[in-house]
Amino acid sequence: MSIDLSQFFEVFFEESFEGLDAMEAELLNLIPGEEDLETINTIFRAAHSIKGGSGTFGFNSVSDFTHVLETLLDQIREGKRELTAEHVNLLLKSVDCLRELLRGLQAEQEPNLEEAIALRIKFEQILGLNQAEKNKLEVTASPAQLALNTYQIDFKPHHHLFKTGNEPLYMISELAELGDLETQAFHNEIPDITDLSADDCFLSWRFFLNTAKDENAIREIFEWVEDDADLTIALCGGLFADDDAQVTAPDVVAETSNSTPVPAAVNVAVVKPIKKDTVVKASTPAAESISIRVGIDKVDSLINMVGELVITQAMLSQIGQQEITEATIASLQEGLTQLAHNTRDLQENVMRIRMLPISFVFSRFPRLVRDISQKLNKQVELKLLGEQTELDKTVMEKISDPMVHLVRNSLDHGLETVEQRLAAGKDPVGTVTLNAFHQGGNIVIEIMDDGQGLNTVKIKQKAVANGLVSDADELDDDEINELIFMPGFSTADEVSDISGRGVGMDVVRRNIQSLNGSVEVSSAAGVGSTFIIRLPLTLAILDGQLVRVAKHTYIIPLISIVESLQIDISKVSRVGKDLDVLRLRDEYIPILRLYSIFNHQGAIETLDKTLLVVVESDNQKIGLLVDDLLSQQQVVIKSLEANYQKVDGVSGATILGDGRVSLIVDISGLIKLSGLRKPGSQELIIESQANLEAS
Amino acid sequence: MISAHSELNNKIMLEQSQGVKQFLTFIMADEEYGVDILTVQEIRSWEEITEIPNAPDYVKGVINLRGTIVPILDLRLRFGLATIDYGPLTVVIVVKVIFEQNSKIMGMVVDAVSDVYSIVEQDAKTVPNFSDSDNAEFVAGLVNVGEKMVALLNLQKTMDI
Repeated sequence: MSIDLSQFFEVFFEESFEGLDAMEAELLNLIPGEEDLETINTIFRAAHSIKGGSGTFGFNSVSDFTHVLETLLDQIREGKRELTAEHVNLLLKSVDCLRELLRGLQAEQEPNLEEAIALRIKFEQILGLNQAEKNKLEVTASPAQLALNTYQIDFKPHHHLFKTGNEPLYMISELAELGDLETQAFHNEIPDITDLSADDCFLSWRFFLNTAKDENAIREIFEWVEDDADLTIALCGGLFADDDAQVTAPDVVAETSNSTPVPAAVNVAVVKPIKKDTVVKASTPAAESISIRVGIDKVDSLINMVGELVITQAMLSQIGQQEITEATIASLQEGLTQLAHNTRDLQENVMRIRMLPISFVFSRFPRLVRDISQKLNKQVELKLLGEQTELDKTVMEKISDPMVHLVRNSLDHGLETVEQRLAAGKDPVGTVTLNAFHQGGNIVIEIMDDGQGLNTVKIKQKAVANGLVSDADELDDDEINELIFMPGFSTADEVSDISGRGVGMDVVRRNIQSLNGSVEVSSAAGVGSTFIIRLPLTLAILDGQLVRVAKHTYIIPLISIVESLQIDISKVSRVGKDLDVLRLRDEYIPILRLYSIFNHQGAIETLDKTLLVVVESDNQKIGLLVDDLLSQQQVVIKSLEANYQKVDGVSGATILGDGRVSLIVDISGLIKLSGLRKPGSQELIIESQANLEAS
Repeated sequence: MISAHSELNNKIMLEQSQGVKQFLTFIMADEEYGVDILTVQEIRSWEEITEIPNAPDYVKGVINLRGTIVPILDLRLRFGLATIDYGPLTVVIVVKVIFEQNSKIMGMVVDAVSDVYSIVEQDAKTVPNFSDSDNAEFVAGLVNVGEKMVALLNLQKTMDI
């Protein structure tokens, strides 16, 4: 019986990576001297299951390495060794190293063992073992118990052993618990298949046991079968013979369970330690399998919805077969309403499947902050809030890099050194807070630090030096802070390997904008700075307002619409050559004529009584002149770029209920297209305000 | 149906191995043009289309092709020919164009579809370069089929917007 283990590889890798993440998280919680036993147990369990799994699948490089790690953890767990900061660092490094090894195996590459070997030597130094003994590492070895003996045990059960109700497998596993066990199985007594009896035992074994226990402990195991077997136990100092028929301890279980029913014992000769490379070849090409874990409740509710949908469909098709009367029309309408309801529920639930808690992104930051703060010699406390806030998986993947960048910046530029903080009368430990929450249809992620804040003077100097602004420009603090998002801007006097290459913030902003999100910064000198990222919850579906311009239908994202109104011409005034602004309460809203930006003929061109949709983008309000407001509906976003190219002022397309394509308006692109640049438009509006007040 | 399909495929593969390719030809302003039949996805009649703002005039807009947004080009406008009103024969040939980095599904409006010919690609003559007219680059080569002359399209150049 051979099972193709390769089908379980993906699960093993996934679980191992999860285990490593758990180990990392727990290690970061460990404070030497006040470690909590439960934490160490969690780490130990994670390491242990990785070892077990990798042993089973024949990834010996992983299991061997995890073994030393586990030994150290075991000693700490049993209180035989004090946990030191050095241990934590070493364990963290091994987590990285294991992750690399596993990635290599997953990609079917020959793993790079250099680092593993280097780390292993360090572990062995800590464990006080010398090089010669490293192959026979005792599971429960402690410095006091290093006097190991190797016993040769010959165990030859009589043929009727099974009939006495004894199971050699249990004895072998018990032996393995005493120490390092090497097993040889002899199958030369197995008769021809015709003479073979399934309930007779024809196998015999030779064990080499490397243990600190004495002979009596071994005898105890075989106590029940002494009369049914030939048993010799001898002390021998020699090392294990190195031949292929030997099976190392983790494999014993697999081997002997095969051998107990005798016909299967024929297989024993071919049972060898599974060689890594043969296994790897057997596995299917590890095409990056992208999977997510979904709670069973989500799946259950989906199944319920589909059930309802099926019922509705049955009802509708039944109506379809009836003769059309007024009564059938009424029930048809009812059925359609139900269908609409079902569809919406189903859609919402399907979207929920893609939603994951943001802790998936947050979880990588404790380590990052720890490493960077050590490198920078700063003391930092990281606070994570709102970790359970859910976010679409695709958005999550894309937001993680910009966030890393922002956190690095906060650590490098934002937070001061301990001395500086003490001099400023602050707590020497700086705080970086990551906070996530939902707001409307958006998710908001805040990255706060209590550092020195953005240095506006320095930023302006740098911007002037880089030619981004001129010295004469009068900018308020917010405008200066905006400058850090300009391409090619960096204030770090020296380029460090943490941040400061000057390709940072503009890329961060561009990445976030490509997700239809925005990023802004607020800062107070000496108090700290906050970066606020706003993102749509999902990229696939959008609530849209359908509008008509001439004979064309466009979709305006509902989320950016502030209000829609009919223009009162008396509130409109013309600024400059061709810009109309509408006075709306205390604000002046520039009016953009969609038909003229999109070059459409036949639209309403007069302003009076025409509809204006007021939208907001990048903190700027503008009014879009449209002919008519149509319905509101959820639309599925389709890419225009897949088969065409980027269209200015349009963020994508969708297919309406009648099968026609409609384009989705991109507000910030529209502002750019209209030539209504932000600083310029503000000037115009301010100017107009002055004019109006004068008149 | 399936077997007929695979038979056709086999025939095409066989012919390809002998340097023979099948070309779908279409008519525009009384001239016959050919495209490699393997690039053709489908032939549709002209239908209402969604305009793209500020696009070049030869880009008529986009249509919904079973959930995919597909741009449609008017080849007459692309080639700078006089336009005619779209009639019942006007068709859209949907092709898959392989560009350097990606491939795109695009449609082209032509006057009418003509025929399918087996053509040995090596027989194609290069286009005489009389003028520096842009149109010359849209044509990969010229072949004679019987009495007629067919211009084989360079799809990449033609559909590169």
